[in-house]
Amino acid sequence: MSATTYGWLILLCPLAGSILIALSWRILPGRAAGWIGTAAIGLSFVNAIGAFVMLLGEPEDARRLTSALYDYATAVGLDIDLGILVDPLAVVMCLVVTGVSTLIHLYSVAYMSSDEGYARFFSYMNFFVFSMLLLILAGNFVLLIVGWAFVGFASYALISYWYRRSTATAAGMKAFVINVIGDIGLVLAAFLIFRELGTFDYLEVFEASPERFQTNEGTIVAICLLLLVGAFAKSAQIPFHTWLPDAMEGPTPVSALIHAATMVTAGVYLIARAHPLFELAPTAADIAAFAGLATLLVAATIALVVTDLKRIIAYSTMSQIGYMVVGVSIGAYTAGIFHLMTHAFFKALLFMAAGSIIAAMASRQNIDGMSGFKKAMPFTSLLLIIGALALAGFPGMSGFFSKDEILVFAAERGGMYWIFAIGGYVAAFLTAFYSFRIGFRVVLGEPCEEARELERGHLAHGEPENPATGEKEDTEIGFPGPEHHIAEHAAPMRIAMGVLGFLAVVAGVLQIPGVTAAMEHFLAGTFEESELFHSVPSEGSAYLGLLVGAIVAFAGIGLAWLLYVRSPGVTLRLRDRLTPIHNFLERKWYFDELIDALIYRPVIRAGRFAHEVVERVVVQGLVTGAVGAVREAGVLVRGAQSGFVRAYALLVVGGFAALALYFLVVSS
Amino acid sequence: MAVEWYLVLSALLFAVGASGVLLRRSPLVILLCLELMLNAGNLALVAFSRSLANQDGQIFALVVMVVAACEVVVGLGLIVAMFRRRLPLNVDEIRSLRG
Repeated sequence: MSATTYGWLILLCPLAGSILIALSWRILPGRAAGWIGTAAIGLSFVNAIGAFVMLLGEPEDARRLTSALYDYATAVGLDIDLGILVDPLAVVMCLVVTGVSTLIHLYSVAYMSSDEGYARFFSYMNFFVFSMLLLILAGNFVLLIVGWAFVGFASYALISYWYRRSTATAAGMKAFVINVIGDIGLVLAAFLIFRELGTFDYLEVFEASPERFQTNEGTIVAICLLLLVGAFAKSAQIPFHTWLPDAMEGPTPVSALIHAATMVTAGVYLIARAHPLFELAPTAADIAAFAGLATLLVAATIALVVTDLKRIIAYSTMSQIGYMVVGVSIGAYTAGIFHLMTHAFFKALLFMAAGSIIAAMASRQNIDGMSGFKKAMPFTSLLLIIGALALAGFPGMSGFFSKDEILVFAAERGGMYWIFAIGGYVAAFLTAFYSFRIGFRVVLGEPCEEARELERGHLAHGEPENPATGEKEDTEIGFPGPEHHIAEHAAPMRIAMGVLGFLAVVAGVLQIPGVTAAMEHFLAGTFEESELFHSVPSEGSAYLGLLVGAIVAFAGIGLAWLLYVRSPGVTLRLRDRLTPIHNFLERKWYFDELIDALIYRPVIRAGRFAHEVVERVVVQGLVTGAVGAVREAGVLVRGAQSGFVRAYALLVVGGFAALALYFLVVSS
Repeated sequence: MAVEWYLVLSALLFAVGASGVLLRRSPLVILLCLELMLNAGNLALVAFSRSLANQDGQIFALVVMVVAACEVVVGLGLIVAMFRRRLPLNVDEIRSLRG
C-alpha cells in the first residue's frame, strides 16, 4: 500500500469509531465503548506507522505524496479536491497525535468508567482525533479549515462534557468563541491566498508564492498575520490565551489530550506548514516569535502562583507552546516540532498523574491541600516526578534536548534573536521552579489526610461538588461519576502512564547534538527548500546551550527544593511581603479584565444603545406611529357606520339619484 | 302606445319601492319593496325592448327575475332566522354593525 492509502486509513479509523460508538451506545455493555474507541485510535496509530515506513522507502526528495478522493468543490476558476498531503511533517504529527491519543484513550477507559456519559465521551474523543488528523493531513487550505473548525467544536463539546456544571459550560463557550475568532482569521487568510494565487492547494501555493510576492510585501504579511490569528487562537497565545486555563473544567483526560498534547499545538503545526509563506514575510514571523516569547514568560510567571493543580499545568502548556511558536517562527523547524513531540509526551504524562492525584483527593484540585503522596501513591508520584523532570529540562530527559535546541538556534541566529534565547532561559528557570513546586508539594512532605487514608487502603470519598465553586452536585449524567480511579488501582491507567513516562525520558535520543539527528533528517523532506532549516547551530554552541540549560534547570529545581522542602513557609512570608506582585500574577496579569474592558463592555454598551435608542425609539416608534395613524383614521370614519339599515339604504338611493341628476345635467 | 307611459309607470313603481325601503321598519316589508323596485326595472327593460324591437331586454328581464328569486331566498332565510332567535323584527333595533 502506498503512503497515501495509509493516510486515508489513518483518517477512517477514528471516524468509524466515533460513528460506531455514537450509534450503538445503548447496546454496548460495560467498558466496551472505551475499548472500541481505544482500538480505533490504536489502528490509526498502526496506519501512521505504515505511512511512516512507506515514506522512508521513498527517495528523500520525493516524500511529498498527495492523493484526492474526489472533487470537493468545482466552479469556474476554482477546483478543490478532497485531498490529503502526506509528507514528513504530517506523518510526524500523525504519529504523535495517534500515539498519545491511544494512550490517553487507554487511560480514560478506566478513569472515566463510573461516568454516566461513558460512550458519549469516547465518541467525542474519537471525533476529536479524526478532526485533528484531518487538520494535519489536509492537502489544501479548505480542508484545513474544515478540520480546524471540527477540532474547535470537539474541544467545545469535551470542555462542556459535564454539561450540568455551569462553570464547565461557560468555559466551553469561552473556548468556542475565541476559537471561532481564530477560524475567521484563517478563513480570511485563505480568501487572500486565493485572490492572489488562484488556488488553495498547499504545494501549488508554496510553489507560486515566491514568484508572486516580494519579501515583506504588504499582502503576504497580511496573509501571514491572519494565519497567525488562527494559530494563536488555537494555540492559546497572547492575546487569545484566556480560554485555555478555563478549559481545565473538562475531564482530566480531555485536558491531557486536547489542551496539552494535540489540539493546542495545531497553531505550531500551521506555522510550520506555511513556513514558505512566513519566510517571505519575516515581519510576520518576528511578530509571531515575539508573541510566543511574551506568552512563554507571562504564562510561566502565572504558573508560579496559581494553586489549582490542573491550571498550573495549563499555564505551563501555554508557556511550552510559546517555546514552540518561537521555534517555528524563527526558523528552528526541527527543534519546534521536536519540542512539540516531547512536550506531548511529558505534558500528557503530567496531566495523567495529576488526574490520578485529583482522584485520590476526591476531585479536589487545590494543591494547598495536597502533600506527601509518596508512600500512598508510589507509582503516580514517580511518574509525576518524571514528567516534572522532563518539563524542567533536567539533563538527559526529553525536554532538555528539545527546549535547548530552540534557544541555541535563536542565539546562533544572532542580532535581536538573542532576546529569545535570554527570555527562553529565564522562562526555563521559572519552568523548573514551578514544575517542582508541584512535584515537591504533592509528593514530599507530611502526608495529608487523604494520603494517610490511602496508605490504609481507603480511597478518599467526598461529597460530589464543583471543585471551582464548591457547589453541591450529584453523580447523575452531566456530572462526574461517583467513583474515582487512581493509577495504583487501575491497570489501563498504569500502562498508559508507564509508556508515556518511558517516552518522556528517552525521546530526547532522536536529536542529540552531534550524535543523532533523526528528526532533522526525516523532516528535511518537508523543509528542504528553506534556507533557515539548513543553518544548524554548530556542535560547540549546542553543547554550550545544553550546559546553560542544565544549570538553569538545576537552579530552578534547587530553588524549589529550598522553598518547599527545606524551609517551607518562606513562600507564605514572601507572598505577604510582595502582595501587589502576587495579586498581579494571581489575577493572570489582568488579561481577563483587560478583555472585559476593551471588548466585552463596549460590545455590551453598544448593544444596550442599540436596544434603547435604535430599537425602542426608532424601530418601535415607526411601528407604533403607523398603528396610531391607522387608529386615528378609523375613529374619524367610524361615525359613518351607524348600523341603521335604512340610513345605508338612503345613502344608496340618494347616491344613485345624485349620479342620475349629474348625468342628466351633463348630457343636456 | 308610446314608450313614455311605461317608463312613467316604471318610475312611479320604483319610487314607491324605494320610499318603502327607506320608510318602513319591518324587514319583510322592506323585502317586498325591494321586489317592487326590481320589477319596476324589469318593466322599463321590457318596454325598451318592445320599442326598440330588440330581444336583449327581454332576456335581461329574465336574468333579473332569477336574481330576484335568489335574493328572496336569502332575505326570507334571514328573516326566519331572526324570528327563530327571537330578535326584534325591526331594522332600526338591529344595529350591531355600528362602528
